[in-house]
Amino acid sequence: MKKLAVALLASASLCTTAMAADDAIQVGFVTTLTTGGAVIGNDMRDAVNLALDHMDNTMGGKPVTVLFEDDGFKPATGKQATDKLIKEDNVDIIAGYIWSHVLMASYRSALKADKVIISANAGPSAIAGKLCDPNFFSTSWQNDQTPMALGELLNARDVKSLYLMAPNYAAGKDMVAGVERTFKGEIIGKDLTKWGADAQLDFSAELAKAKASGAEGLAVFYPGKAGGAFIKQYQQAGLADTMPLYTMFTVDALSLPKLQEANMTGILGSEMSMFWSPEMDNPANQKFVAGFREKYGRYPSFYAAQSYDAMNLIKSAADALDGDFSSTSAVRYELAKANFDSIRGDFEFGNNHMPIQNFYARKVVEDADGNWTTEITKTVFEKHQDTYAASCSM
Amino acid sequence: MEASSKTSIFVGAIFLVVLAVVPVALFYAGEIFWIDIFTRLVILAIAGTSLYLLLGVAGLPSFGHAAYLGLGAYAVGIPVHYATMGGAEWLASYNGWWQFSLAILVSALFALVTGAISLRTRGVHFIMITMAFSQMIYYALISLEEYGADDGLSVYSPSEFPPLLLDNPIHLYGICFGSLLLVLYVVHRLQHSRFGRVLQAAKQNETRVLASGVNPFKYRLLAYVMAGVIAGYAGALMANFSLFISPDMVEWSRSGELMFMIILGGSQHILGPLVGSSLFILLEFVLSRWSIYWHLPFGIILLLVVLFGRGGIIGMLRRDKQS
Amino acid sequence: MDIVLLITQAVNGLQLGVLLFLLSAGLTLTFGIMDLINLAHASFYMLGAFFGATVAIYTGSFTLGFFAAIIGVLIVAWVIEKGIISQLYTRDHLDQLLATFGLILIADTLVHMIWGPAGLAIALPPLLQGQVALGGVTLPSYRILIIGVGLLVALGLYWLVNHTRTGMLIRAGASNRRMLGNLGVDVGSLFAAVFCMGAALAGVAGILITPITEASIGMGNDIIITAFVVVIIGGIGSIKGAFVAAIIIGMIDTFGRAFLDQIFMMIMPAETAETAAPAVSAMLIYLLMAIILSLRPAGLFPPKLR
Repeated sequence: MKKLAVALLASASLCTTAMAADDAIQVGFVTTLTTGGAVIGNDMRDAVNLALDHMDNTMGGKPVTVLFEDDGFKPATGKQATDKLIKEDNVDIIAGYIWSHVLMASYRSALKADKVIISANAGPSAIAGKLCDPNFFSTSWQNDQTPMALGELLNARDVKSLYLMAPNYAAGKDMVAGVERTFKGEIIGKDLTKWGADAQLDFSAELAKAKASGAEGLAVFYPGKAGGAFIKQYQQAGLADTMPLYTMFTVDALSLPKLQEANMTGILGSEMSMFWSPEMDNPANQKFVAGFREKYGRYPSFYAAQSYDAMNLIKSAADALDGDFSSTSAVRYELAKANFDSIRGDFEFGNNHMPIQNFYARKVVEDADGNWTTEITKTVFEKHQDTYAASCSM
Repeated sequence: MEASSKTSIFVGAIFLVVLAVVPVALFYAGEIFWIDIFTRLVILAIAGTSLYLLLGVAGLPSFGHAAYLGLGAYAVGIPVHYATMGGAEWLASYNGWWQFSLAILVSALFALVTGAISLRTRGVHFIMITMAFSQMIYYALISLEEYGADDGLSVYSPSEFPPLLLDNPIHLYGICFGSLLLVLYVVHRLQHSRFGRVLQAAKQNETRVLASGVNPFKYRLLAYVMAGVIAGYAGALMANFSLFISPDMVEWSRSGELMFMIILGGSQHILGPLVGSSLFILLEFVLSRWSIYWHLPFGIILLLVVLFGRGGIIGMLRRDKQS
Repeated sequence: MDIVLLITQAVNGLQLGVLLFLLSAGLTLTFGIMDLINLAHASFYMLGAFFGATVAIYTGSFTLGFFAAIIGVLIVAWVIEKGIISQLYTRDHLDQLLATFGLILIADTLVHMIWGPAGLAIALPPLLQGQVALGGVTLPSYRILIIGVGLLVALGLYWLVNHTRTGMLIRAGASNRRMLGNLGVDVGSLFAAVFCMGAALAGVAGILITPITEASIGMGNDIIITAFVVVIIGGIGSIKGAFVAAIIIGMIDTFGRAFLDQIFMMIMPAETAETAAPAVSAMLIYLLMAIILSLRPAGLFPPKLR
């Protein structure tokens, strides 16, 4: 036991804080690097590293280092990682965050320390509305926007009756609510399935119900590995021919190669709503997608796209301030201008610092090389702002 | 035995002095990150010590102890939520006394009801039924949209105990550390009272205790409620520390972690949970910085402790002394 | 209520139950005979999926993958039994929990290091990709295959336990462990055989589920708790109990997901029902276990003479 106490003391004194050198910019990036969620985290990390390559590891004339921290897919671990970045590493700015609950847990730590926090994915309604803060920025979207676009897309496709499925957690319910807000037809069935550590991955019961309902369309939200599982079962249940599938955050560059490997042809031609697609025709996006495919040999996912944007957003502020991040209010003033070339083209922040952006319908297609990817078929919303911005007092 | 228990006291005292001095010293030296680690460690040690009362003293391996951490945390989070967002005036409050009383009351009630059912079973069945009850709390919390459901709930403002400020890390650590000392003392006294002796006797040989005209059920239920109350209290502290609560706190693997900390430290000694949680957090801290694959050495260490160190770390140390 | 839907859901419930049975058969035997709580059973499920999927992708044959899963898991299980598990039989349950939890962490991390975090997806043979129609009820043919394999295994186990010498020893061990030694049985080999067989069954469950979901890190940790619930409800050490409990839980879980919201809507407002139904259906199996244990503290079919 004495040894233990000595070890404890020794490790305490060993770990002296690495003070951030004045001549470097340090960015903390919290994402998921362990568990199955690491697929997303790795994609984001790859995009951040690509962004660093493209900016020669400099921002505002200073060298940049990015410290990656793992949230382990758990809010408590994510908060600890954020606290470590703030209190021990004293980073200049924090970004990342795939999951709403990890962001919610870490949000206050960052604000309390007066650090700017940039979400490269999660967009919970609370932060867009009542709990909005000048120090928060998002390079992704607010949760409700994509499903609202899907509802609009369903109207355009003349779908009269719909069956809805999503996991039973906050984001899942946001997605369902978003579709319900804009979809004009009848929702004849809805299932919220078990989520969390022992998430339900076998959807036989729900698919049987959907089939029996005779709906004209099936709309689902299943992020991560649940998405791949769902699509396989959708095809195995023979629904691909009778009930067209519409998705949100379910089919992406991470799941498509695996679906192709498993020969799930039922997904070809299915549509989804999204703010971005890899083939979008603007210089920033072309550079990003080409660079990503060259460096990593695969298509980037939207998670990657958002992370790449987050880094370029930070760079825009650093360039304007000559790399001086000492004043948070100056940093946030520069960030709010969104003075950078986004991979999605036009980009501006609303009063709540959520992006105001276009939403598109994307379709799953096979590209010239035989890889499955997505392409835009139609613009659903132009310059769309989330509905919670009104309840944000900023 | 005499010598061994003297060493235990000596080593335990050193341990506690380190906990009292090191984080505070580091804090004033500008190393503000460390006090967070120590606060978490001490709160887990409190919860662990309450589980020791069940596991070590009464021989009741509860696999659902995280439920009380969750109940205690939500007993702080929900009144703060209403006080900030409006609604439910009877419940809404920033007052720490109200929140902590609520935490204790709710934990006691839950322990009383589930304990009365669970204690009808033994051994593995007890492990599983306690887990079942905590999973029910988990799924209930996940479905409570008012309190953030799966996304959890921010605690906008810590409990108010004037003149103490719980958002001052030193004050919070002081309260947590003081609570740990108190809990260690109470559990120690309980263990050596008639109450504790009945529990231990019933753990060794239930029929003999029954034959002597004492019904161990009542004693066990009381121990179960006390352990629940202490863990609920730890949960209320946890809410103040992390200022964020979520159903994740209650998930079965959290109960598992608590149990593993105790087994790691030594389930047959009152300082086992403290030693175990210290080692657990130390390992997590050192290894997770080394690599994202840190669970590999972590798992190997757990395995080695079981294979070669019966009775956890304390058991190992004691055998060294005796040989 | 729609009778076709009802039958479809019953078949879905049966399929889930059969899968749970494959997973819990090994658990209940190691639990009953060796008195071992083995959390790492979850890892055999995962390893079965990864071994099988790797071979299936490499060779293009799902059948080869299936047998590779069994062989791969058997080898790993044998090594682990000899090296680690055999030393845990005499330990108390808490030590076993901690050690096998350590094994899970090791297995998950090794899988992450070897295969990466993405997991593996495999295609089904064309023959199994479609659906079969049985008197107006259309079902995915692969799910029928799972039910078939599961029932075959159940029959095989029934025969093994009730009509062979090994089975007699297993029954003897489950009801009275000490008797085995007195019978002059090579206890070490029997334990190793039972352990490896249980692990292989978990591996079979793992490769069977892979074409439906995928092989992913920690996939077994999600389902192992449910398998424990099956073992406890069925009665520790009872194959029959595990089978009955697995089917009951498969049915309850499926029907809960399928119909609970409609039932709730009859007695409460639609909005409340929508939130309450998923929460309650997730709780159902734990509720069932708590009720059964408070009425029958040793489960439904506890082996006699304990």
